[in-house]
Amino acid sequence: MSTTPVLALRGICKRFGAVRALTDVELEIHAGEVVALVGDNGAGKSTLVKVITGVGPADEGVIEWNGRPVRISRPHDAQSLGIAGVYQDLALCETLDVVGNVFLGHELCKGGVLDEVAMERRTRQLELMDTLSIRIPSVRVPVASLSAGQRQTVAISRALLSEPKVLILDEPTAALGVEQTAHFLDLIDRLRERGIGVLLISHNLGDVKAVADQVAVLRLGRNNGFFDVLTTSQEQIVSSITGATDNAVTHRRTWAWEAML
Amino acid sequence: MSTPEASDPDPTKVTAERRRNEPVREPQGRLGEFTRRLRGGELGSLPGVLCTAVIWTVFQILDHQFLSPRNLSNLSVDLVGTGLIAVGIIFVLLLGEIDLSVGSVSGLTAAVFAVLNINDGLPEWVAIVAALLVGAAIGGLQGFFFARVGVPSFVVTLAGLLAWNGLMLHVLGASGTINLHDQGLVYALTNQYFHNTAAAYGLAALGVVMFFLASYQDRRRRRAAEVPYRPLGELALRSAVVAVVAFGAAYVLNQFEGLPLALLIFLVLVVGLDFVQRRTKYGRRICSIGGGAEATRRAGINVARVRVSVFAISGTLAALGGLFLASRVDSVGQTSGSSILMINSVAAAVIGGASLFGGRGRPWSALLGILVIQSIASGMLLMGIQTTVQYMITGGVLLAAVVLDSLSRRSQQAHGLA
Repeated sequence: MSTTPVLALRGICKRFGAVRALTDVELEIHAGEVVALVGDNGAGKSTLVKVITGVGPADEGVIEWNGRPVRISRPHDAQSLGIAGVYQDLALCETLDVVGNVFLGHELCKGGVLDEVAMERRTRQLELMDTLSIRIPSVRVPVASLSAGQRQTVAISRALLSEPKVLILDEPTAALGVEQTAHFLDLIDRLRERGIGVLLISHNLGDVKAVADQVAVLRLGRNNGFFDVLTTSQEQIVSSITGATDNAVTHRRTWAWEAML
Repeated sequence: MSTPEASDPDPTKVTAERRRNEPVREPQGRLGEFTRRLRGGELGSLPGVLCTAVIWTVFQILDHQFLSPRNLSNLSVDLVGTGLIAVGIIFVLLLGEIDLSVGSVSGLTAAVFAVLNINDGLPEWVAIVAALLVGAAIGGLQGFFFARVGVPSFVVTLAGLLAWNGLMLHVLGASGTINLHDQGLVYALTNQYFHNTAAAYGLAALGVVMFFLASYQDRRRRRAAEVPYRPLGELALRSAVVAVVAFGAAYVLNQFEGLPLALLIFLVLVVGLDFVQRRTKYGRRICSIGGGAEATRRAGINVARVRVSVFAISGTLAALGGLFLASRVDSVGQTSGSSILMINSVAAAVIGGASLFGGRGRPWSALLGILVIQSIASGMLLMGIQTTVQYMITGGVLLAAVVLDSLSRRSQQAHGLA
């Protein structure tokens, strides 16, 4: 795509002591595009998410928002830009109820007083509450008593509430059942149509093939190839993830070499 | 859990549609919700209410003076000092932290007040404001060490427990005990009664009417917004319960000296702080930090600032409680602000239903808890039982409350996994 990406990462580095978690990572997300970020365990996916959402800022590198460099050094910065994230560990408040969690940090107020009624009404009207959460007995139960799939619903609802321009989803379908996953992938399609840029982190290449436009592979904290989903086979992505080859180009060359033999 | 949905997606839609279109009442009714909450481990104030009932019954059987208006009226004044400290503890517990220094802080601030007012001759209100500011500053300092430096709150406030007690002894100086004036503001705190019977009844009526109107207004708005609301009958029942308690208390108080000023101040503060906790953004943040500090941080909230402010609130309430306690004995001495005070206030908070694990509790819990603690103390005193036994029984009740808290938390987790 030739347009300016909504969010672009250039040369991102992140160290934890002597460990280099991310080295010179590049990533671009355009509006209305679903980018899948894949990689093996420990490849640095979650670290990259934390860089983007300001939970764990980068040590080096530039983050560009609509083409101009921005600083994201705390979660608040990311939110005010329009970046929302659903984390692998969900980041919910156990003792707050569903409504409280959905509106955490964005509470509706009327004259300085929390407007519980309006918040409860809007929570009930969220599209996800209908599709994913038929078993939540009431939006007033504490999150501690919900199942993993229901918690996921709450976390995603919260991320969507702020109407973000870029949505980061870290392993969103890991805790969902088959039906719920299908609903969820539909939802991602709808988000794309609305022009939201989505970064989908997933282990499930089936999901990735189903909804993503682009695939970015991370391996040992470095970029290990960008692929167009439509023209790339699952095997190519897998080999890029596992490092069976360095990248798709050498992969193809090996094939040619084998064919000559 | 996906199997039933996958095999038959239609009920999903029906439920969803129904929920959207006619969400008039909760499907299982309020009684159903009550039992669901109990099973889920949300015991709330139930243990505290049961405990009070048992204690009052037992002491009344053992000594008929226990439920006399005189004793109950004195009880209602005695509980205010420790009760205020317990309210501060509740806020710290909501964060999932602990403040062990409240006893020492209340003693120190009372000493500061006494020295400024009696020894230095400053006007009483200046001394009161200074005492409250000292309390807030100490709380803020401890909060800073906890929230910004990262020292566990247990250790910071344990150090405070010792250090502020030492400072109090230093401030009191050689004499050791300072007697307060037997008139003026601080004296009035626990010795002023509104003898006119209209005061107690008026307050009870005001409380009941406010409660009913607030509930009714909430119900009206909920119905307009098409979210579940309580049926009118339940509203009336709840108001009736509140009315019985309020007018019962007013009747008993009027049998003796009338409405105590101390109780009035305590109730106003509890109602106000309850509002802050449940209906303001700030209160919501305190609870959310207790339920998940990292989640709250990721929601873009300045967690450290809230934490420091909560410790400052705890310090301020400890200072205020210290003034009530000083007023009760009309002096500040070396035994003021003992660690028993801290243990009693923590016990009151936990017995009243605040969780040591954070995120659960209300200022009302402090009132309920301190009622239990003070009832035990008062009954023992009435029967001439030594403090040794009293300590053991209070300790036992505290242990029972903590066990209940842990069990309910476990049941909640089991509920979540099911």
